[in-house]
Amino acid sequence: MSGLPPVPGTEHQTITIESNDDVVRARQLVRGLAQRCKLSLVDQTKLVTAASELARNTLVYGGGGVMRLGLVQRDGRTGVTAVFEDSGPGIPDIDQAMTDGWTSGGGLGLGLSGARRLVDDFTLETEVGSGTQIAVTKWAR
Amino acid sequence: MAEQDISARLVELLTARGELLASAWVEAVSRTLRGRISLAELDRELHDLYTALVAGIREGGSDWQGEAYAEVRALLSELSRGRARQGFTPTETATSVLACKDILAPTADTPAEDIHAYLQLSKLVDSLALFTLEVYAKTREEIISAQAEQLMELSTPVVKLWDGVVAVPLVGTLDSARTQVVMEKLLQALVDINADQAIIDITGVPAVDTEVAQHLLKTVVAARLMGAECIISGIRPQIAQTIVALGIQFGDIVTKASLADALKHALRNSSTDLSINGGQA
Repeated sequence: MSGLPPVPGTEHQTITIESNDDVVRARQLVRGLAQRCKLSLVDQTKLVTAASELARNTLVYGGGGVMRLGLVQRDGRTGVTAVFEDSGPGIPDIDQAMTDGWTSGGGLGLGLSGARRLVDDFTLETEVGSGTQIAVTKWAR
Repeated sequence: MAEQDISARLVELLTARGELLASAWVEAVSRTLRGRISLAELDRELHDLYTALVAGIREGGSDWQGEAYAEVRALLSELSRGRARQGFTPTETATSVLACKDILAPTADTPAEDIHAYLQLSKLVDSLALFTLEVYAKTREEIISAQAEQLMELSTPVVKLWDGVVAVPLVGTLDSARTQVVMEKLLQALVDINADQAIIDITGVPAVDTEVAQHLLKTVVAARLMGAECIISGIRPQIAQTIVALGIQFGDIVTKASLADALKHALRNSSTDLSINGGQA
């Protein structure tokens, strides 16, 4: 997952995102793991909010998908990674999609660009017609 | 053996010792329910069902979905709904129906034609038990959705803080359905209480993402259209930093860290005469 080694002894969990209730569940799982990883309250809230945005994007624009969640390690630091994957229409213009205020739906147009500012690492892979994968990581300080 | 003959034999068997068999059924079921339903009630319930069942087989054979079984299905639905409401498990509910099979259970010296009759009864009762479970599941779903609705109503109280000042303390996840309820209740309260200051307190909202923010903004705009001023309070440090990172603009909406600050602001803004507090009025 996102090319980083997982923390030994911890398992990555996968949940499906098919409804609004799943978005809530995804948020709770991320919060639980962020607390276990001893992220500060501000970082917890930021990661949870980013996860909430991305989970909703997966549901609304990707037509549902999965979230994979786990602890990862790099340079002796521990972080929480969440990967959102859907097999929806994909994003035709990434630059446009990452612009503040641009939305293809009825939202504020801040979800994707805001999520990138809320986390430490953000990778987006998308292919028109076959889906989108977004990985975000927040490192413990 | 033709199906009509089997049905006829089954009716014969069930009517010949009718009272005895029905009582055996009541007896078997009452053991599984362990006194949580009065014996008299159970007795009446199952005797009615037994009578309807025999009539159903006589008229309609094994076609349990047909017209002849209308009463059986009605009685089963009633039984099933009652069990679901009283908190019986699906197993206990299904057993009430399935126990009907045992009363005719064949023994070593049962004649072949009676075994055919028993098998028909067995199949029939299985179908009826499944029907009962379906009604049970449907009833449970109805109960759950009714509770969710009640919870939604309960979880969004609109309280009057002062003359002309109302507050909505929000707790938990804010989704579209919930925001709709909040908005309706708040706007109605503005009219009912004749308030011109509304405070939306989000201390209990764990995360403010763009969807929540959008819902909040809409509610504020609606309140403003009615001539009320809206204040959003309960913005904790982590929420403030998240909102900034997300890039959400609250524009000229007044926001406060605590409900107390918001109330102070509202009172200063409203036409309320505060002099009674000074003691010099």
